Amino acid sequence: MPVLSILIFLPVAAAIVVVCIDRRKTDALYGVGLAGTLAVLALSAVVFFRFDPNQAALQFVQRTAWIPSAGVSYYVGVDGISLPLMMLTTVIMPLALLSAWGSIADRVKEFVLSMLVLETALLGTFLSADLVLFYVFWEAVLIPMYFIIGLWGGPRRSYAAIKFILYTMAGSALMLVAIITLYLHSGAQPGERTFDLIRLGRLPVAMPLQAWLFGAFALAFAIKVPVWPLHTWLPDAHVEAPTAGSVVLAAVLLKMGTYGFLRFLLPLFPQAALQFAPLLSVLAIVGILYGGIVSWAQPDVKRLVAMSSVSHLGLVTLGAFALTVPAVQGSLLQMVNHGISTGGLFLIVGVLYDRTHSRQLDDYGGVAALMPRLAPIALIVVLSSLALPGTNGFVGEFLILLGTFQTNPAYAALASSGVILSAVYLLWMYQRVMQGPVAVKERARMTDLTRREQWLFIPLIALIFWIGVYPSPLLRRSEASVRALVEQVTSHQSPVTSYRP
Amino acid sequence: MALVLIVVLPLAGWLVNGMAGGRLPRPLVSVIGCGTVAASFVASAMAARHLAVPSDALTATLFTWIAAGDFTVSAGLLMDRLSALMALVVTGVGFLIHVYSIGYMADDSAYSRYFAYLNLFVGSMLLLVLGGNLLVLFVGWELVGLCSYLLIGFWFDRERAANAGRKAFVVNRIGDAGFLLGILLLATTTGTLQFDRLADAAGAMAPGLLTATTLLLFMGATGKSAQLPLYVWLPDAMEGPTPVSALIHAATMVTAGVYMIARLHPLFLRADFTLSVVAAVGAATAFFAATIALVEWDLKRVLAYSTISQLGYMFLAMGVLAMPAGVFHLTMHAFFKALLFLAAGSVMHATHGVVDMRRLGGLAGPLRWTALGFAIGALALAGIPPFAGFFSKDLILEHAYAAAQHGGSVALWLAGLLTAYVTAVYITRAAVLTFFAPAGQRDHPHEAPASMGGPMAILALLSFGGGWVGAHAAGAPLLRVLDRFFAIEPAAETLPGAPLTAISVAVGVFGIITGLLLYRRRREVTLGALGAFLARQWYVEALYDAAVVTPAKRLARFAADVVETRGIDGAVNGIAGLVGQAGVAMRRVQTGYVRNYAAAILAGTILILSYWLLRGP
Amino acid sequence: MTVPISAYLALSALLFVLGITGVLLRRNALVVFMSIELMLNAVNLTFVAFARQLLAIEGQLAVFFVVLVAAVEVVVGLAIIIAIFRARDTVDIDDVDLLRG
Repeated sequence: MPVLSILIFLPVAAAIVVVCIDRRKTDALYGVGLAGTLAVLALSAVVFFRFDPNQAALQFVQRTAWIPSAGVSYYVGVDGISLPLMMLTTVIMPLALLSAWGSIADRVKEFVLSMLVLETALLGTFLSADLVLFYVFWEAVLIPMYFIIGLWGGPRRSYAAIKFILYTMAGSALMLVAIITLYLHSGAQPGERTFDLIRLGRLPVAMPLQAWLFGAFALAFAIKVPVWPLHTWLPDAHVEAPTAGSVVLAAVLLKMGTYGFLRFLLPLFPQAALQFAPLLSVLAIVGILYGGIVSWAQPDVKRLVAMSSVSHLGLVTLGAFALTVPAVQGSLLQMVNHGISTGGLFLIVGVLYDRTHSRQLDDYGGVAALMPRLAPIALIVVLSSLALPGTNGFVGEFLILLGTFQTNPAYAALASSGVILSAVYLLWMYQRVMQGPVAVKERARMTDLTRREQWLFIPLIALIFWIGVYPSPLLRRSEASVRALVEQVTSHQSPVTSYRP
Repeated sequence: MALVLIVVLPLAGWLVNGMAGGRLPRPLVSVIGCGTVAASFVASAMAARHLAVPSDALTATLFTWIAAGDFTVSAGLLMDRLSALMALVVTGVGFLIHVYSIGYMADDSAYSRYFAYLNLFVGSMLLLVLGGNLLVLFVGWELVGLCSYLLIGFWFDRERAANAGRKAFVVNRIGDAGFLLGILLLATTTGTLQFDRLADAAGAMAPGLLTATTLLLFMGATGKSAQLPLYVWLPDAMEGPTPVSALIHAATMVTAGVYMIARLHPLFLRADFTLSVVAAVGAATAFFAATIALVEWDLKRVLAYSTISQLGYMFLAMGVLAMPAGVFHLTMHAFFKALLFLAAGSVMHATHGVVDMRRLGGLAGPLRWTALGFAIGALALAGIPPFAGFFSKDLILEHAYAAAQHGGSVALWLAGLLTAYVTAVYITRAAVLTFFAPAGQRDHPHEAPASMGGPMAILALLSFGGGWVGAHAAGAPLLRVLDRFFAIEPAAETLPGAPLTAISVAVGVFGIITGLLLYRRRREVTLGALGAFLARQWYVEALYDAAVVTPAKRLARFAADVVETRGIDGAVNGIAGLVGQAGVAMRRVQTGYVRNYAAAILAGTILILSYWLLRGP
Repeated sequence: MTVPISAYLALSALLFVLGITGVLLRRNALVVFMSIELMLNAVNLTFVAFARQLLAIEGQLAVFFVVLVAAVEVVVGLAIIIAIFRARDTVDIDDVDLLRG
């Protein structure tokens, strides 16, 4: 049974059902959308539990020729690197839809359609093993996201949406050129050429060219992550996007970049990756510190959380380019963790925004007294975001720092000062919103969480503690693939540097 | 299994009280809160009985926590004699303070939340002391920090409390960043964080690395145990409820740094330089904090500075290789400082929250028992025999003196001795101003209920007579156990003994007399310029504000307003603008006249043709 | 007497330049149109001349295509000009610059 293909296209099937529903029946529209995403979640859980942790290669592979004359195939599969991101996507999408149920009431049909198409595009991005297929899904993500920001966003939504789409497309255009160049190098005759990721991974590419191709791919991914200083589209997009859009954007879309680092950049261009790893690590560290400092000075909650993403994803990038097994595993785990904790933070901001229609810290204060159910939830999510031991964030952060420390203690030392900064700005935010005397103007509006809203957070909090206390199920499944990846890349190290007496 | 139970019981209390406490009747909340801690105490005592031989240790490995690459760390617990002692102190004193809280917090609307936090704290602290490896210890270490944050900011609607909680968390995080790096360094060089394999691992480490590791770990200790330069959060932490101050910020959590050094003594004993740093920081902090306590008006803050100062003593002990003495003092301090705080809490209970000693006084009459308790605690703190603090403090001073005899600095001993004098003065001042000075104007203060009096009585007994476990005349059972645990040869023979004891007792008595003379009649003794200097905490806070906090805020503002919006995003928008302007310039070419287009085509054709013609064959 | 090919080519070039001049300088759309026809026919003349010279049929063939395209173009072009005339009462192409940037 082609499980992965069903997984990828099930949301589109749900979308077709949504098309047939009367646009005035909003509950039915949301219901079908939610049911679709939950079915995808159930199916991905099956894949997760039937996944063989000892195998490094792709599993559940499905492969059919698509454009045979050009060497393009429909080629999907899942391994230890894509599995966590697949799970993250399928967990976050139902929550994002659920969060919109109470707050987006106009053009619901189009919204649910966009979200479902977005899920298909995201899953396709994470599961394709053919560069053309990947590129199609990669670009397809932009379209629904553009509409989500541009149609249901805040006052400056069109500026943010255009900035988002132009910025990310500028990066991916170069990636397309690099993909085609790679294809042309993959064989002498048109019939021998391929877009197959696995075969291209074994292809030796001579150095100056490899560096250029690396640069083209790296730029596309770095913009998506976003790596400092290519991050400025992110705060605008987040601030203007509706809650559901922010959640998906932060939790899943940004991971396309870091996933791209691990899936494409490292295996396709190992020598260039080794050569440029210090550069990207330094940018990552600058991002960690810069994002933290800038977050602290934000008067806008959503912008604060958005900037904190820059800081957190700097850590993920640092781990990816440390090129040790713990660091890369930590990086992968931290992608999931960031999805959970920052997704949670955006959901909290959304819950507050639905009540006050304000994102300014100055308009809040003492909310804990008015919303006693939200306060502990918010605290747990904040603590997860600042990587308190016992929550998920710590495991990932510790592994990244450990793995980085093994190759470069100075990087780890600098990155760990981000630990201090995250406490500074996140607790600052928590205090300004939740603590102190009540400063909200309309107290009556600040009703505590509804039942629907509680269900937004219950799964996230369960995941926060589960991954924090018992991360083995995730780590075990990613270990073999990560180990293979790290060995493949580091085997290109010149023998002098890798020799240890 | 018993080990797991010790940790899990308070955490279960936390879950029940935290999730459902609001709907439970108050007595049930109290029973759950106190009962789980009591049960944990019993379980600790039962488990500790199995530790007949000094080398015995109970271990429990639950599951593999983190495994990636070659690195593996399990969720494991370990109880040896050191952690058993700590577990008993934590659950024992913890239980007493839980009971005290029933009375103290009786009128608070967030009663169940309070007990949930307190239970979470006990569970986390037990995880800290019973953790089987450094990473589990670190989990407990951070979780107690979290509980500290939560309980300092318990009355979160007060801006000051929320600020103090946040300050505690952030300052601790600064130390923890170092602690974490120390863990990373240890894990990378030795490949293990298990305590039982640490001794072998330490032997294999290069001296430089060992020094770096231990210094980084000590940085964590300066945060958690409020030593110079990271002590600043502890005085502010007094914004929390007073039982919390007694439990977390005096008896247990703040001693975690001392415990950590004791736990990792195989590492620290091999790092001479680090030990000298530990001793110096300890002695300096002891003196520094004691002088500030001398001029502080807030009763709780006096006790807070006193705690910082006493923790300094413990670090001094660790640094001069008197680890048994340090742990001994830790235990005694837990008794008498908890007693002092509970007595202060009783005063606040009676006066509806007055802590300013200028407004207190004359309470010895109405609060007879509280005054007696405070006096016992004060005498123990001042090091007057036969109270508990005398034995442990004297032992530390003797060791410091002995260390000076063996090539160490005599300044450590002198600082310790001077601090002992200042300690006696400030605690006498606090006692006199609170209980004996002419009364301020107030309604009728009343003695605390039994739930508060009982724990104070037990702690008073322990502070009065608990010191015998370290008294050589009584065979010093605790010290003998600890001596063997640390594998340091008993230093009793080499210690100077009686003459030195006489000196330190004399200093204590002299200090009390000074305090009585100074404050018996006059309330406001300002100590002139020196007093002003001390009242500003030696300008440390001001220095931090000027050198760290303000520049950091300015930097953040600059980064957000200038670098981000004008610099980076400016560049992005600038590029977009450039493209737009290029378009504006280029649009002039599009005149809309067919004729111009035709001419352009002609010109192009001529150009191409002439190129081909001129290029030749 | 045979006329040399150079004469045909010279005539063709002359006609072509006349056409170009007309397209570039005249303002009346109909005249511009006729000028274009002139250019097309100049090219036709070249084709036929070379076909005769080289005794190849392809040149004559190309001429038929050109004539055909020219006829089609006239149909479309005149329709456009009439539409513009109806809308604006003028066939002066300088008045029609809707595509100005």
